[in-house]
Amino acid sequence: MKLNLPIRLMAGFFLLQSVISSAEEAQPLQADVVVEAQVQRLSEELRCLVCQNQTIADSHAELAQDLKQEIREMAAKGMSDQAIIDYLVARYGDFVRYRPPLKASTLLLWLGPFALMLAGAIGLVVMLRRREKMVADKPLTAVEARKVRELLDKDS
Amino acid sequence: MKRFLLPLIIFLVMVGFLAVGLHLDPREVPSPLVGKLAPAFDLPLLDQPEKTFSPKDMLGQVWLLNVWASWCGACREEHPLLVALSKAKLVPLYGMDYKDTRVEAQQWLNEGGNPYVANAMDIDGRVGIDYGVYGVPETYVIDKAGVIAYKQIGPITEQVLRNKIMPLVERLQAQ
Amino acid sequence: MIPEIGHFSLILALLVALILGSVPIIGAARGNAVWMGLARPAARAQFFLIATAFICLAYTFATKDYSVGYVASNSNSKLPLQFRIAAVWGGHEGSLLLWAMILSIWTVAVSVFSKHLPDDMRARILGVMGLISVGFLLFMLMVSNPFERLIPAAMDGRDLNPLLQDPGMIFHPPMLYMGYVGFSVAFAFAIAALLGGQLDSAWARWSRPWTTMAWVFLTLGIMGGSNWAYYELGWGGWWFWDAVENASFMPWLVGTALIHSLAVTEKRGSFKAWTVLLAIGAFSLSLLGTFLVRSGVLTSVHAFATDPRRGLFILVFLVVVIGGSLALFAWRAPTVGRGGKFSVISRESFLLANNVLLAVAAMSVLLGTLYPLFLDALGLGKISVGPPYFDTVFVPLMTPALFLMGIGPIARWKNATLPELALRLRWAFAVSVATALVLPLLLGHWTPMIGLGLFLAFWIFASSAHLVRQRLAGDRATLLARVKAVPRAWWGMVIAHIGIAVFTLGVTVVKGFESEIAVRMLPGDVAHLAGYDFKFEGVQDSVGANYTASRGQLRVSKNGVERTVLSPEKRLYTVQNMPMTEAGISPSLIHDLYASLGEPLEDGAWSVRIYHKPMVEWIWAGAVLMALGGLLALSDRRYRVRRKNLTEEKPLVPKPVVKKPVVKKTVVKQAIVKTAVVKKPAAKKTVTKKVSTKA
Repeated sequence: MKLNLPIRLMAGFFLLQSVISSAEEAQPLQADVVVEAQVQRLSEELRCLVCQNQTIADSHAELAQDLKQEIREMAAKGMSDQAIIDYLVARYGDFVRYRPPLKASTLLLWLGPFALMLAGAIGLVVMLRRREKMVADKPLTAVEARKVRELLDKDS
Repeated sequence: MKRFLLPLIIFLVMVGFLAVGLHLDPREVPSPLVGKLAPAFDLPLLDQPEKTFSPKDMLGQVWLLNVWASWCGACREEHPLLVALSKAKLVPLYGMDYKDTRVEAQQWLNEGGNPYVANAMDIDGRVGIDYGVYGVPETYVIDKAGVIAYKQIGPITEQVLRNKIMPLVERLQAQ
Repeated sequence: MIPEIGHFSLILALLVALILGSVPIIGAARGNAVWMGLARPAARAQFFLIATAFICLAYTFATKDYSVGYVASNSNSKLPLQFRIAAVWGGHEGSLLLWAMILSIWTVAVSVFSKHLPDDMRARILGVMGLISVGFLLFMLMVSNPFERLIPAAMDGRDLNPLLQDPGMIFHPPMLYMGYVGFSVAFAFAIAALLGGQLDSAWARWSRPWTTMAWVFLTLGIMGGSNWAYYELGWGGWWFWDAVENASFMPWLVGTALIHSLAVTEKRGSFKAWTVLLAIGAFSLSLLGTFLVRSGVLTSVHAFATDPRRGLFILVFLVVVIGGSLALFAWRAPTVGRGGKFSVISRESFLLANNVLLAVAAMSVLLGTLYPLFLDALGLGKISVGPPYFDTVFVPLMTPALFLMGIGPIARWKNATLPELALRLRWAFAVSVATALVLPLLLGHWTPMIGLGLFLAFWIFASSAHLVRQRLAGDRATLLARVKAVPRAWWGMVIAHIGIAVFTLGVTVVKGFESEIAVRMLPGDVAHLAGYDFKFEGVQDSVGANYTASRGQLRVSKNGVERTVLSPEKRLYTVQNMPMTEAGISPSLIHDLYASLGEPLEDGAWSVRIYHKPMVEWIWAGAVLMALGGLLALSDRRYRVRRKNLTEEKPLVPKPVVKKPVVKKTVVKQAIVKTAVVKKPAAKKTVTKKVSTKA
């Protein structure tokens, strides 16, 4: 293109500005912050299938990165958390969720601790009440009382 | 007296589970797709990129879909078995080349032999995710209606082929 | 030559352990003084032999002898010396040798510091510890020999896992094992007491210092592991509820319950059976942890290389040790009498409530850890149980425990009333509620979890402050004199509890207010987070002893003033060709600034993650305070005063007064001395109480 000098200078100036300003502010790795927040949140709840117990968020494995990308695309489409999780569970099973779903087979898991706590609390109160009803302290016999006095006098 | 036995009883129950656990593999992920329709796809072939392959093409037949890659070490283990299987012509074997390049895949097949009727190229791994692939090699037995009847995780061994896959294939073919 | 010496030492150690584990115990049953007397020399011999084996293995690592298979798998000629030594416990076989050595250290320690124990008790305790040692030595010699030769010898080693090439490796496993294995002492005391039928408050008093010491080590070990994961793994997390982390946390929970329960048993003679069960439980969980980590039944980044034979061996060992001790418990515990009486509201009952909550918490962690295995074994499918589950379950369980921590120490022994407690704590309650509501709003935002966490932390701070003020109110001249008058064990309790509050505060603030950004940075780019500016100065290549690195530089400034420089690294360890990240961290009590280098991008830019973690160091500071509290409690006068006239500790067998006046005298005298030291006004009442129940 044939541009005269002033225009070329101006173009150069703006180009230089953009280069300088792009050397200033670090850009986020992913443009859409809202979507990325959803991706991060979900990635922290999903399991990397080829790792030794790591979330997709923390894993560097290729499959984890692929799944993260898949999640990103789904999130960008506006899918809800549950829809994305369902998508992955349909393909990999419940194993991929670090938060076990509430089903008949996991009732014991989710309710167990609270049932245990309740049982423990009830057991404790029952045992404490029973202990209180135990026969009260027997008073000392005369022989014992004399011995106690002797001992206390000796040691003081 | 009885309540003092409770800890021992609970412990022994737990030991029972642990003993069973010694024979299980905690890293094996069973597929929820077994019993469901094989997910649809339309992927280009390895040797003829203009043509595509889809599970729809195989309706009415029982067939095997083997997910493999040239970078996969374990695939080397099962490859001779697959070659032998394809020679026996008992069941059509199709391959899905997962996250691979055409050049390397072709080279690998040239070296080890090509047991596949055709190979679909899943270059970005999307179809693999649809199929719940997490560690190649994986093999699916798909029936005449296009439903996944069985998924083999890891290389196919003689034993698995003899005891699980072939009996299932025969049963499905008789339907 | 040296490896063979080490191997031979282990064989000899096994023979000694077999003797230690049988002869003294039989001797105690028969009253044979000679056989019982064998325990102490046997303990010393065992220690000497196992230590020799350990030194041989360390020497083999130090001299880079790759003809030994274990060394070849876990070391390398370029590995720096300190990591070559730490590599001794970097793999399965060597870590077992560490286990065995630490067990022999505790055993010999018990043999030295047990002069006040009756001979039969000591014999049984050392014998039980010897039996456990037999198990580990047998395991090593049969299926996990660290000295096995590799033929032909390797040219060079495969290197220690790069993740383990860190000072944390030098500190964390030994501390942790000192804790795990230390609970074997409380276990041995419990078994000895069950065997001898001597379950009384004296047993509790003897067990207490050993249990506290083990607990201190375990606290530091877990804290070390958490801190190491934080700065090493590069994603700023510090706890993942991983199976192996849980394997260390469960003994800690039960151990904490045990410490509190021992206090009740020692002071009131109550709940002896429960305390014994906790002592068995704490060590059982340690052993279970050993199984889980090495058997392959659970997946974990921590897991050692597995082999079904090893898993089966440990499982059989578990059945013998834990099953045997629980069977012994079921048999003997019913014969134990009830202890002192106390009302439904009293310090005892609060301590027991604490016990119930901690035990339930431990059981819940166990449930979550093993549940995937349960379902898989039953053919009900495969699930994963991870942090979302544990976080959801653990917080409601721990909340009442933390709340009780403020009330328990203020409640009186034997009898207290709720209205009185409420009255004394009303100020503390008000302060904590106010802080929980107001502070988050000042810091940025409020959520129920933040509110709850802050409330509990400040509740403990405020109630501890009230407690201290009340305790220090007295008629002595100076504050220092009043401080000194209070037993160290009491200060230890206060500091440990404050440690928990500090920990809770750290967790709450970090989880509630942390922030992070993930950016692409070219040299010269600036990122902003939490009011700080991070200027990327590019990446330089550098070389370490056994790795190459790309070292990034971030200049951190606030309002134009430079504060610090972060240097995150991306390393490639050349032997295993394994990449690793080293985070760049600027720690302080107020916050951590944390940066980790990601991948190099196309145009010379790098992906960088920057985190702002407010008060995260309080998590580990809290753990250190807990450990400090424990150490302080251990230095209490009662463990240092030599009561020469009380070396004859006879067990308190309930018998009529007429027959054993000597026993009663000792008991009463001891009670008087104890109560005199503590200066409780209810001393006379206590004396009366003790005599009457034994009558």
